[in-house]
Amino acid sequence: MHSDAFDRYHEKNSFIHRLDPRVKVVITIVFIVSNALLPDGAWIAFGAAWLFLLLTNWLSQLGFGYTLKRSIVALPFALIAITILFTMPGEPLVSFKLLMWNLTITDMGLLRFVSILIRSWLSVQLAILLVATTRFPDLIHAFEHLRVPAILTTIIAFLYRYLFVLTDEVFRLIRARESRSAAATGRRSGGGVLWRARVAGNMAGQLFLRSYERSDRIYNAMVARGYSGHLFTLNPHEMKARDYFVTAFAIAFIFILQVIGRL
Amino acid sequence: MHFSPIPMHIPDGFLSLIVSIICWAITASVVGAAISKTNKALGEKQIPLMGVMAAFIFAAQMINFPVAGGTSGHLLGGALAAIVLGPWAGMLVMTSVIAVQALLFQDGGLVVMGANILNMGLATAAVGYGLYRSMAGRSKSAKLAAAGIAAWLSVMTGALLTSLQLWLSGTSDLQLVIPSMLGVHAVIGIGEALITTFALGFIFQTRPDLLGEESESAKASSGWVYVGGLIAIAVVLLSPFASTDPDGLERVATDMGFINTSQSAPYQLIPDYAIPFLGNTNLSTIAAGIVGVIVVGLVALLIGRGMKAKS
Repeated sequence: MHSDAFDRYHEKNSFIHRLDPRVKVVITIVFIVSNALLPDGAWIAFGAAWLFLLLTNWLSQLGFGYTLKRSIVALPFALIAITILFTMPGEPLVSFKLLMWNLTITDMGLLRFVSILIRSWLSVQLAILLVATTRFPDLIHAFEHLRVPAILTTIIAFLYRYLFVLTDEVFRLIRARESRSAAATGRRSGGGVLWRARVAGNMAGQLFLRSYERSDRIYNAMVARGYSGHLFTLNPHEMKARDYFVTAFAIAFIFILQVIGRL
Repeated sequence: MHFSPIPMHIPDGFLSLIVSIICWAITASVVGAAISKTNKALGEKQIPLMGVMAAFIFAAQMINFPVAGGTSGHLLGGALAAIVLGPWAGMLVMTSVIAVQALLFQDGGLVVMGANILNMGLATAAVGYGLYRSMAGRSKSAKLAAAGIAAWLSVMTGALLTSLQLWLSGTSDLQLVIPSMLGVHAVIGIGEALITTFALGFIFQTRPDLLGEESESAKASSGWVYVGGLIAIAVVLLSPFASTDPDGLERVATDMGFINTSQSAPYQLIPDYAIPFLGNTNLSTIAAGIVGVIVVGLVALLIGRGMKAKS
């Protein structure tokens, strides 16, 4: 498998790419928190937040619509909020009959539903931009600097490294299952649901054992190379004047967003 | 690349900040405890082991099997990770998996990640391991049956927690979100239960040493039986209670001070609720819940006995 199947990083040499990963992580989290704090129907603030996104998209040289295209990932979850359309008390807007229910969309319900969607849509876009402009190891390193326990970040770094190896393993298992499951066209092969679940379960068990034994080999290889519980990096990050300036600017902008949203 | 979207990864924007922060606080303290526990048990070996195990859970979530009508069953892995690695290590593994899903694929948000870890990583591991461990010393079949029930209940626990958080944030209506979330996940949970049981069966056959009694007592204390059991009972009690008598739960939330956090929550639907009758209805629902627990417990016990007799 190609190693870029999971990687969301886009190699560019833009202003955003060159920023310290810590700066990008902090700004992303502050931006998402700010979205969560904006009241329902703060349209001007939502618009300004979107302008902020357009600016960062442009600065990252990925194109204005880059994050827009990828932001649909959070949409399926909107289903869970759809009930708020009908249950919020407020002035009725539209009434219709669906199967056996009489449904009425209220103005307050619509306001809240649209606000939730916009908040989520804005938040996910900056998160997308974060991973598109930061290499994953750098991102992990940034979290370590931000006082996330080193054990956790190292486990995540290992997860990322062996993700590709183990998904390769899964694809081999799936390919093997497919080649065993030959069937005449239009006819199903194999047994019932339980039988299929058993095959899948055996695959998961097989994968577990292969991974478990692999982790043993990896550990031994690491010990042989002098591993004693700490991982070192040759890529130290340094905050430059530009990084402090960008952080201050972004936080001031987000603060103004909050003021606009509450006017 | 097929990542089946699991309707449990909450994206940013769907939870209020207060709920996100409370969930982060719980998650951070449990994960902190897990780090110090595994550090003691595994030492420097834990990093390669858990890193590769986290990659295993991630990859294992791609294994699916066709059920019917184009839908497919697949694994979430919380219960399986806790059973094979022990609860603390399982929690760390699930935490890393959920963090990477959120960071790399935006499958779940960043500020709400605490809630997602709590729902899909910590609660599933506690329920999964606790119920499985309650069969310590019994036959292999009893253990496998317990693992299946534990896996199903772990999914339901996650779904219930997710529903409660969405409701506390004023994103969903309680009467609708609980039945729909639990309904969907009752089905997803069956796939989870089947794969977990069969995967464990496979490990029992090929590497029984990994699941033996000695390695079991090395993983965690038997106190987990109570933790898992308590959460499971809470879920079984709360689910019928919440779906038949949501107003009672809303009153609890009001008392706890949540009412002001979501600007205009659904609590205003019935402003003059007749509180004198609430006591009675609450009692009857709790009684129904207790009966439910007893029935489920008896069935589990009978299955365990039957299998013990056979083997």
